[in-house]
Amino acid sequence: MGGINSGFGAWNPIAWTLLFLGVLIVGFFVRSRGRKDYKRGTDQAQPFLSGNPEPDSAEALHVRGENLYWGMVHGLSAYYERARALHTGILNDYVAWFIGALGLVFVILFWIG
Amino acid sequence: MNVGNFPFVVAVLLVILGFYALLFKRNLIKMVIGISLVETGVNLFLVMLGYRSGGAAPIYTYANPGERMVLPTPQALTLTSIVIGLATTALLLSFAVFVHRHYGTLDARKIKELRG
Amino acid sequence: MNTLAIHAPVLLVAVPLLGAFAVPLVGKLGRGVRDSFIGLIVAVTAALAGLLAADFFAGSGAPSVYVLGGGGFNLPLPSGMSLPIRIMFEVDGMSAFMTLVTALVTLAGAYFSFSYWRERSGGSMYYSLLMLLTAGIFGMELTGDLFNFFVFLEITSIAACGLVGFRVWLKRSQEAGFKVMTLYTLSGILVLLAVALLYGQHGGLNIAFLAGQIGTLGASIVDKVALGLLLTGLAMKAGAVPLHMWAPDAYGEAPAPTSAVLVVNSQASLYGLFRVLFTLFGVGTALSTNGWILIVFAILTIFVGVTMALVQSDIKRLIAYGAVSQIGYMLLGVGVGLVRRASLLAGGGSLASSAGGLDYGFVAMQGGIFHMLNDAACIGLLFLTTGAVIRASGTRDLNKMGGLAHRMKWTTIFFIIGAFALAGVPPFNGFASKFLIYEASFKLSPFLSVVAILSSIMLLAVFVKAFQGAFLGPKTSLADAGEAPLGMLIPMAVLALVVIAFGLFPGFFVDKIVTPAARALWLGPSEYIGAVLGGG
Repeated sequence: MGGINSGFGAWNPIAWTLLFLGVLIVGFFVRSRGRKDYKRGTDQAQPFLSGNPEPDSAEALHVRGENLYWGMVHGLSAYYERARALHTGILNDYVAWFIGALGLVFVILFWIG
Repeated sequence: MNVGNFPFVVAVLLVILGFYALLFKRNLIKMVIGISLVETGVNLFLVMLGYRSGGAAPIYTYANPGERMVLPTPQALTLTSIVIGLATTALLLSFAVFVHRHYGTLDARKIKELRG
Repeated sequence: MNTLAIHAPVLLVAVPLLGAFAVPLVGKLGRGVRDSFIGLIVAVTAALAGLLAADFFAGSGAPSVYVLGGGGFNLPLPSGMSLPIRIMFEVDGMSAFMTLVTALVTLAGAYFSFSYWRERSGGSMYYSLLMLLTAGIFGMELTGDLFNFFVFLEITSIAACGLVGFRVWLKRSQEAGFKVMTLYTLSGILVLLAVALLYGQHGGLNIAFLAGQIGTLGASIVDKVALGLLLTGLAMKAGAVPLHMWAPDAYGEAPAPTSAVLVVNSQASLYGLFRVLFTLFGVGTALSTNGWILIVFAILTIFVGVTMALVQSDIKRLIAYGAVSQIGYMLLGVGVGLVRRASLLAGGGSLASSAGGLDYGFVAMQGGIFHMLNDAACIGLLFLTTGAVIRASGTRDLNKMGGLAHRMKWTTIFFIIGAFALAGVPPFNGFASKFLIYEASFKLSPFLSVVAILSSIMLLAVFVKAFQGAFLGPKTSLADAGEAPLGMLIPMAVLALVVIAFGLFPGFFVDKIVTPAARALWLGPSEYIGAVLGGG
């Protein structure tokens, strides 16, 4: 029933799950001691959109998947532009990468290794 | 007569020609021809491995007693490889037909909808 | 039962082949008969794989040989011969482990196909190709003969590409099929060239025989050329960067249950790579160079796979890049193990003492091999879930989907389980294997561990993106489709159960299944050769 041992550390998922459940129980206990005057579904629960006009349909509020990590991709754009440019869809380039890697493996095996 | 390593050099030359066609030709059919050339080169290499100089065909009842025979195993391997090459070429060409039907072109530089 | 387990290696290839060739005939009797027939064939295959694994892991652990043709099935050296000349299947720890992985994912994929293909036609050919792919994968994992390995490699290439381009009315699948077929054929031909070189140099095709020859004579230049060709060809079929560009096309355009089996196909090629590196060239060559080549491939794969996944807008391509990235973890674990094994051998240390203990090389191998099973289950679960999502929303673009969690509750739960497990979140099984890989690779070089951990976190980000795009959000008009049918939910549930079970009890499974597999590779080719040449 134990976990695995890696020589430097150990991992026991049963113990972790029990600990996690214990933390959840403590969390629920703390939540149950909170204010009782919160009502769901009323104006109390509406998000504050800082005075901007709200779109009418609920669909327009959904952040689409593509836009979720815009900031991170924009920050790493120096890497991403080159990586996406290298992934051309052309079959000749795929074969060129293959031959290139083959040559590199031969160089490593014969010259260095 | 002693042919030395010459057939093996020819086989490798065929493989290099096939790679040239695969790398630098744009037409899909020419790329399939390139693959076919590479296969032919490797098959030639495989069959030449069994040759013993002055040997007869490896059929037990037709050879003279005590005569040298060429090795039969590479011949079996090459036959298997030729059949596999036939299957792959057929599949490649049928894919090329469908690609042409959908894209209208066989230029590899224009068939790049799946990229990125 | 014992007799059946003895003949299981051959039956594991023969039964799917029977299914593949009989299903067009059986399919003429109707869809229900065809589905039942394929269900029976796949169930029998999975039972045989379980029997083989149980017989091996509960038994002595020595490799067993099954000879095809000739005198008896356990007579590798026919009377009077000193070389093994027949084709034989050899089952050792790693092969038995891989058959378990294959059986699990093929079972889930085939049963998912029954519901997935209900609205389409042309099913008999689809199942025929799927059974051919299964037979080929089992053949690759069980064979002990190098040319036989090449033949099964080509069988899986043709079947896999046929499945990728199966839906001929879709524009992109034809393009993907052509590209994948070209690259698979090229790598297969180079593997054949390597086999030809080895045959010409040593005169035999049996892996055990060649391993013995290379071990005693040392690796000449011809052998090293063959090693380079085999390494690159098999790494390309596994999907290592920079040879990975076919993988998003293939996994993305194949039908959803087939993508899961294609991932197992890549893992079988990875198994072939390990067999070549550890058994065939396990003694004669400079092992640390091979190990470092694997580690370089691994780091590139892990990083490029996960970063390219972040910018995809097609949900299947996103998961496909995630699958590519996970192959890097397996390469990393085994590469670190290879480097450590080389340094142990050079330093005069004993391999046997480190195998049972906790030397970081052995731990890395355990992690890499355990990750093969975890990755197959998790990626299978994710691809099946994605299939259900695409079926429900009718589109594959993440920018057009949304709000599916309102109606598809079970699919959402399975997606969360698969995504968390693959990203290495406790307590699922992905964390167990990645924990071993992180700790062991840290000992070799901290940079490897840092890249691996950061990429795991980024993989979680990738799955959060997919989750947000597909499942979260208000109910849209697309979400009226409802929950996935029961036939789709049950295979997903089976894989999720495997994920949770392997996550909660990793110690049991690592001891019983993974350690014999890692030990079979770590200890070198002597046991493998002994089973064939030592008297059978």
